[in-house]
Amino acid sequence: MRTAERFPERRTGLLPALRLAQDEQGYLSSQVLAEVAAIFELTPAEVEAVASFYTMLKRRPTGRHLIQVCTNLPCALSGADELLDHLKARLGIGVGETTPDGLFTLETVECLGSCGTAPVVQIDEDYHENMSAEAIDAVLARLAEG
Amino acid sequence: MGEKIVLRYTDDPEQSDIATYVRKGGYQALAKALKELSPQAVVDLVKRSGLRGRGGAGFPTGLKWSFIPKDPALPRYLCCNADEGEPGTFKDREIMEKDPHELIEGIILSSYAIGAHLAVIYIRGEFAYAARQLEKAIRQATAKGYLGRNILGSGYDLDVAVYRGAGAYICGEETALLESLEGYRGQPRLKPPFPATAGLYRKPTVINNVETLANVPYIVLNGPEAFAAIGTSRSPGTKVFCLSGHVKRPGNYELPMGTPLREIIFEHGGGVRDGKQLKAIIPGGPSTPTFTAAHLDVNMDFESVAAAGSMLGSGAVMVMDETACMVWAALRLTEFFRHESCGKCTPCREGTYWLAHLLGRIEAGQGQDGDIELLLDICDNMAGKCFCPFGDAAIAPVQGTVKHFREEYQHHVRRGGCWRWSVDRGP
Repeated sequence: MRTAERFPERRTGLLPALRLAQDEQGYLSSQVLAEVAAIFELTPAEVEAVASFYTMLKRRPTGRHLIQVCTNLPCALSGADELLDHLKARLGIGVGETTPDGLFTLETVECLGSCGTAPVVQIDEDYHENMSAEAIDAVLARLAEG
Repeated sequence: MGEKIVLRYTDDPEQSDIATYVRKGGYQALAKALKELSPQAVVDLVKRSGLRGRGGAGFPTGLKWSFIPKDPALPRYLCCNADEGEPGTFKDREIMEKDPHELIEGIILSSYAIGAHLAVIYIRGEFAYAARQLEKAIRQATAKGYLGRNILGSGYDLDVAVYRGAGAYICGEETALLESLEGYRGQPRLKPPFPATAGLYRKPTVINNVETLANVPYIVLNGPEAFAAIGTSRSPGTKVFCLSGHVKRPGNYELPMGTPLREIIFEHGGGVRDGKQLKAIIPGGPSTPTFTAAHLDVNMDFESVAAAGSMLGSGAVMVMDETACMVWAALRLTEFFRHESCGKCTPCREGTYWLAHLLGRIEAGQGQDGDIELLLDICDNMAGKCFCPFGDAAIAPVQGTVKHFREEYQHHVRRGGCWRWSVDRGP
């Protein structure tokens, strides 16, 4: 584990390890947390305490693509609420839900640091800036073809 | 327009490549420092430049560095705070994505100044592309001998690591950042001891913002006088203003410290969208009290903004026009603080919850007599009583909007709803 080797204390590698586990498993199940805990010689409760603090670490499965709509003030001033309503209607799901085919999970997030190109939607690792209903539809269609 | 420093070359799509960076004079400051300057001389240069932290607090950078103990046997670290999460702020992301070598060179110079051999860039987890740009820049710089062992034959060694966060605004608070970096929940530590004596792994640590560090190569190469010639005497240099909201041309504008708010919004941002009237301005991020159109002639430097009753903060200028409801805006920002409160101390954890609850009730037209006074009472119970500065920041949206727009709150309570409901459904 490269991160752990570079730092004087091994526990610095915990967050990167949790991220890696999530990348591979999709989410952090109790079993995964226990395995990570064993590697770091921590209790599962200690690892759970860390995992539950960070919003990007998921304790439940999400869809294949995670759609995150920023609804903080600068995005909201630029139409984020309307964009979110559009996504809910198009996907037929509410915030925090996953489409029945397991393709998309819809979430709202706080500021993504892209306020000059608002509204912004993050899908998986990618930012989609200056979004409109038409533009986000095109992105979703591309992902659905996948 | 005055001279730019940190965003000078960000319009060049090739700027993130080391060949382009070097061709434009990049890494010359590093070569000069390692050849001609002692670490103490670099600290002195930055002190004389008057550079102050660009993350929000405005603490003098050189002074912060000088708190690091002189004993060279003691390990010490540099942390670059790239956990940019203050709503309305998007300057550090642009620097990291478009000119990552400028930041890397600033980090090497600053690490040399304080005698650190490990520097960590703590970058918010969502910034995947920026993290990749930094990783690439570190690989390139290492291959060219600007990083790693025996940098440019000087005998100085430095490793720079990129460490990605996982979604927590509070990790931008410097001691919470250190907790996160050590593998714990990102909750702030009691100060003192300050990071300069007991920081990362309880060792002396300097934590500087991205924009702050990106200014260092310019100061070393051109001298502190050139830097101090820009801006105002007490707030020298440039500042990246992040303009967002109801303006024609939102974006990052690097301008001299002390540029009037009116010039930023109207000259650079093109003014308010759709011919509407300006109503409110949040001058430095949601942690800073709200301004109105009456504040347009305030100069944007640390002293002038403070004298006008707010703070320069991170330079996030959020503009709202006549269609924006101030109760709605305060609710959005307070919901953010409620979500991001780390839960460590009671006044913040409970206070942000109750502020958001009351604001939600007022905004929905369910407000009761006395709710406005109750809001202010909760603010009073948080001010100066929370464990870290987050609590004081979290009350700014409520206090600022009640101060300048109390009649909108009263309208919601007395009339059972928003004035906009009878106008339109904007903004």
